[in-house]
Amino acid sequence: MNRIFRVNMKDLTCKIEEVPEAWAGHGGRGLTSTIVAAEVPPTCHPLGPNNKLVFAPGLLTGTPAAQSGRMSCGAKSPLTGGIKESNSGGTSAQQFAKLGIKAMIIEDKPEAGKWYELHINNDGVTFHDASALKGLQNFDVIDAMNAKYSTKIGVCTIGIPGEERLMSANISVKDSDQKIRSHGRGGMGAVMGSKGIKVMTIDDSAGKRVEIADKDKFRAAAKVFAKAMLDHPVTGEGLPIYGTNVLINILNEAGGLPTKNFLYGQCDHHDKVSGETMHDVIASRGGSTKHGCHAGCIIQCSQVYVDENKEYITSGFEYETVWGLGINCMIESLDDCARIDNAMDNIGIDSIEGAVLLGVAMEAGVLPWGDGKEALRLMNEEIGKATPLGRILGNGTKSVGDAYGLTRVPVVKGQGIPAYDPRSVKGIGITYATSTMGADHTAGYSIATNILQVGGHIDPLVKEGQVELSRNLSIATAAVDSTGMCIFIAFPALDIPECLPALIDMINARYGITLDGDDVVGLGKSILKTEKAFNEAAGMNNAHDRLPEFFELEPIPPHNVVWDFTPEEIDEFWNF
Amino acid sequence: MKITVKLFAIFRNDRFKIEDREFPNESTVGDVLTSLGIDHPELGVALVNARHVTLATVVTDGQTLSLFPKVGGG
Ligand code: SF4
Repeated sequence: MNRIFRVNMKDLTCKIEEVPEAWAGHGGRGLTSTIVAAEVPPTCHPLGPNNKLVFAPGLLTGTPAAQSGRMSCGAKSPLTGGIKESNSGGTSAQQFAKLGIKAMIIEDKPEAGKWYELHINNDGVTFHDASALKGLQNFDVIDAMNAKYSTKIGVCTIGIPGEERLMSANISVKDSDQKIRSHGRGGMGAVMGSKGIKVMTIDDSAGKRVEIADKDKFRAAAKVFAKAMLDHPVTGEGLPIYGTNVLINILNEAGGLPTKNFLYGQCDHHDKVSGETMHDVIASRGGSTKHGCHAGCIIQCSQVYVDENKEYITSGFEYETVWGLGINCMIESLDDCARIDNAMDNIGIDSIEGAVLLGVAMEAGVLPWGDGKEALRLMNEEIGKATPLGRILGNGTKSVGDAYGLTRVPVVKGQGIPAYDPRSVKGIGITYATSTMGADHTAGYSIATNILQVGGHIDPLVKEGQVELSRNLSIATAAVDSTGMCIFIAFPALDIPECLPALIDMINARYGITLDGDDVVGLGKSILKTEKAFNEAAGMNNAHDRLPEFFELEPIPPHNVVWDFTPEEIDEFWNF
Repeated sequence: MKITVKLFAIFRNDRFKIEDREFPNESTVGDVLTSLGIDHPELGVALVNARHVTLATVVTDGQTLSLFPKVGGG
């Protein structure tokens, strides 16, 4: 991967540039954050001409390394007002790698009302009028592009919420089954919409296999790495059988499952929407309980959820989405939840933000608790069509809370808090508070050690050790997010000693370099600091690294605990 | 004494979801696993009253014990 595609949406040009020295050692999140920090004025309007939308596959993407096909997307986020990286499965990352594109940087914007398809191939980018696609949702756009090219074409698209620049809009990436994976969080779809880009298509037919400097060393390390994935009980057994939704029951039993817009920590009907139930429903109906979000995934945490007639309802039906709909919004029907998930894929909004904002909307009385049919209608008819109510909802959890004058509004830096209550799982609260991305569980997944007892155990209810845990995980995650690896490699990496060295060996063998563990930690630290510096220059300070006040005021059952970290204790996170 | 045992994920296979069972006084979490035919290293997480416990923890009459194999997500 040795080229940068620099696209200008005002002149409709694409320049192909060499990779600057300073970017050579970066990939994925490290690269998108480095580019955004270097080139985007931190105080710019996220939807204005000075923001840039950056795509970068990971350092190992395109190689045979298991799990390495994730694509990072970065920009200044309209939702958080800070830097954003959101990574996705689908085919685009491996296609970019084959085409030798280390990053694509999209600048400026066209005159209002113009819509384009960006067609990316080995020669660069061409610009095609996409006015006929305006007003289509994602699955129709995918069908249109498949018909125009073939089902092999890579597609990254936005629905109407993205066109209308709603802050929960995501960018949808076609996977190899012609379904959708997402750059979900932070409103990246709104940024794409602001640049007049309805869809990007990727033709990698003239691409080449990614070069590997030391093939023998790579092969040996890749084998050790893949074995670690298959040997660890979480990645080798738990995730493929039950998917991420296996977490519903364990969070419920531990009292950390936010219920009814964060009123309670346990939910009576938890097993109706649990991973175990979902597995049985899918298996009995003849869907697929195992599925990968990209070629090369050997864990296969995803699934294809079907109805009683074996008709597709949704795929990539993740714990956070099921939690948000099934528990936090009290929608007891898994089928209803699955249909809402599919609607969010189709209209193109983040399924975490979408579920969290619905909980606040229920509290506001916009719809009754547990009303899955009305929730589905709101997705398709209001948010999906960007009606006035749809705009209030589709601009995210904070927008709904502001519009209805509520205080139980679970957001940090404007981004909705996912599926783990920070009062009863304190390590994740530190991650929510300090993450440069706004509330983001993946940024430093303390649940592993607090709840799942992977990588040791730190009692989720005590304060001691949580800041250090969250800090170490956040640093490691920033580095892993640069490799193109999916986050779940963290489970074997925390428990199996050979796993992380094998990952580093693969990077070394790929590029002919000699990184060691300290270098990788150093990379993680520098990425976090780069992101924090951008946020500070954009106007954020320590006061933004805080949880909403209601967590300090409202004890959550069954443990009846509140969020009790002092500002000074939280700020210790950045002491590295 | 009577303990409510809740099983999850693959522990449910060929067993049960939730059952009240009799155990001798002073039984440990490990004893309960043994009685269920579950090898101790297979245990991921055990919780009593929503708190993490270990194999050596003694359970007492009327408690609910939740047992999970090693699972994860995110
Ligand atoms: S384990 Fe899940 S998230 Fe990771 S690559 Fe596979 S399907 Fe995607």
